Amino acid sequence: MGRIHRFQLNNKNIVMDINSGSVHVVDKLVWDIIELYENNSTEEIINKLKASYPEEDVTAALTEVKALVEEGLLFSEDLYIDDINYNNQNIVKALCLHIAHDCNLRCKYCFASQGDFHGDRLFMSLDVGKKALDFLVENSGNRVNLEVDFFGGEPLMNFEVVKDLVKYGRELEKKHNKKFRFTITTNGVLLNKNNMKFINENMENVVLSLDGRKSVNDDMRPTISGEGSYDVIVPKFLEFVKMRGNKSYYIRGTFTSNNLDFSKDVLNFKELGFKSISVEPVVASPEQDYALLEKHLETIINEYEKLSKEYIKFKKNGDGFDFFHFMIDLNQGPCFIKRVVGCGAGVEYLAVTPEGDLYPCHQFVGNDEFKMGDVYNGVNNLDLRAEFKDANIYSKDDCKDCWAKFYCSGGCHANAYNFNNSLKKPYKIECEMERKRIECAISVAANLEGEED
Amino acid sequence: MKHIKTLTRKSHKSTIAKGGCGECQTSCQSACKTSCTVGNQSCENN
Repeated sequence: MGRIHRFQLNNKNIVMDINSGSVHVVDKLVWDIIELYENNSTEEIINKLKASYPEEDVTAALTEVKALVEEGLLFSEDLYIDDINYNNQNIVKALCLHIAHDCNLRCKYCFASQGDFHGDRLFMSLDVGKKALDFLVENSGNRVNLEVDFFGGEPLMNFEVVKDLVKYGRELEKKHNKKFRFTITTNGVLLNKNNMKFINENMENVVLSLDGRKSVNDDMRPTISGEGSYDVIVPKFLEFVKMRGNKSYYIRGTFTSNNLDFSKDVLNFKELGFKSISVEPVVASPEQDYALLEKHLETIINEYEKLSKEYIKFKKNGDGFDFFHFMIDLNQGPCFIKRVVGCGAGVEYLAVTPEGDLYPCHQFVGNDEFKMGDVYNGVNNLDLRAEFKDANIYSKDDCKDCWAKFYCSGGCHANAYNFNNSLKKPYKIECEMERKRIECAISVAANLEGEED
Repeated sequence: MKHIKTLTRKSHKSTIAKGGCGECQTSCQSACKTSCTVGNQSCENN
């Protein structure tokens, strides 16, 4: 495959060295040199470019390019590791607890079938929850940081159990020298002063679900009685975020083919005063009228570019916000191993149903083929675990030649399975969107280099 | 350098030796819950 990826966006010429992860912003001359570099000798490059640039400039720029090549930061070789020796002990370090398979909204696109995940409407009992935390501690080996997300359905519908489980987790922490990072994902309908206070004191991150503009949100996220949810939720989220101070949260929306102009929803969040924003493409099969299809890709890609321009403008004016997919820490990012293995679903990350059954992640819950065991007896579907463990960027044919593989790490297993019936065949539309988001994120970083926000 | 501004010199290779400790955040536990985005996670080991 090619060793570099070049693109021009937001007034920058950017050259990514795929295999080292190094990123360079270059002038037009180096941009032209890079295009010729692999298939031409020094002399040929000079000859081809001397009509457009002074020869001494071409020579000087070539010297800079060669220095980076020698340092292993340009045109570097793939580090291909034959045997990814990751997590041999099958350590589990993160759980998604389905505290309630019930919901007080009726979102049209809900992958959880309006909260019940195609099963009975159930709440997780305290006993199952405690067993889940015991299971996590017992299977966490020497990992210190353990993550537990309270998920649903709507977890606030079973909030007493959430509170008791946090208390139980704190006891386990002391006993076993662990650190629980609790998080919660909520639609906000049941937020009140008491649970806001508890969440702010105990949850490291909170995901607040809302879709952006009122008309967009109310169309897709009605209440049980069919009314819009925006006016109920927004004041609560605003109060909650104010109370939360500097602690981490995300206001998180979903866009569908009904709002391909989703940058307006992102900016609407910003206008309301939210500073940490994530808006994600809907996961829906093509027959749904709101599904994202290949024919929408061009519009979506343009929309990401448009958003990146606005994003840079706000940041430069000192009035910036964070958009999850445009945040990329080029210097402190994950290690190579993590980039190869991806999200860890089915191995180090599992979802737990109200009954205590284990699934590879929240997206697979409800599909019996993917049941992996339960919190009482542990993981017993070892073949399935092996299958998930083996799905990495080196085992997926489509990833081998993709410049973005070390950023997306092979994409979402559930998307791959749902659209292509294989964990090893990434979902094309997701790949296209992700590549554009990475380009936008890097162009943002290039534009903000040296700026203080 | 006059023609090239390098945004990051960190190479993936240098992270192999100490990598894979598994302490970092599970990517889907962050904001998205639908799409795996490892590239914008942080290393706990830096």
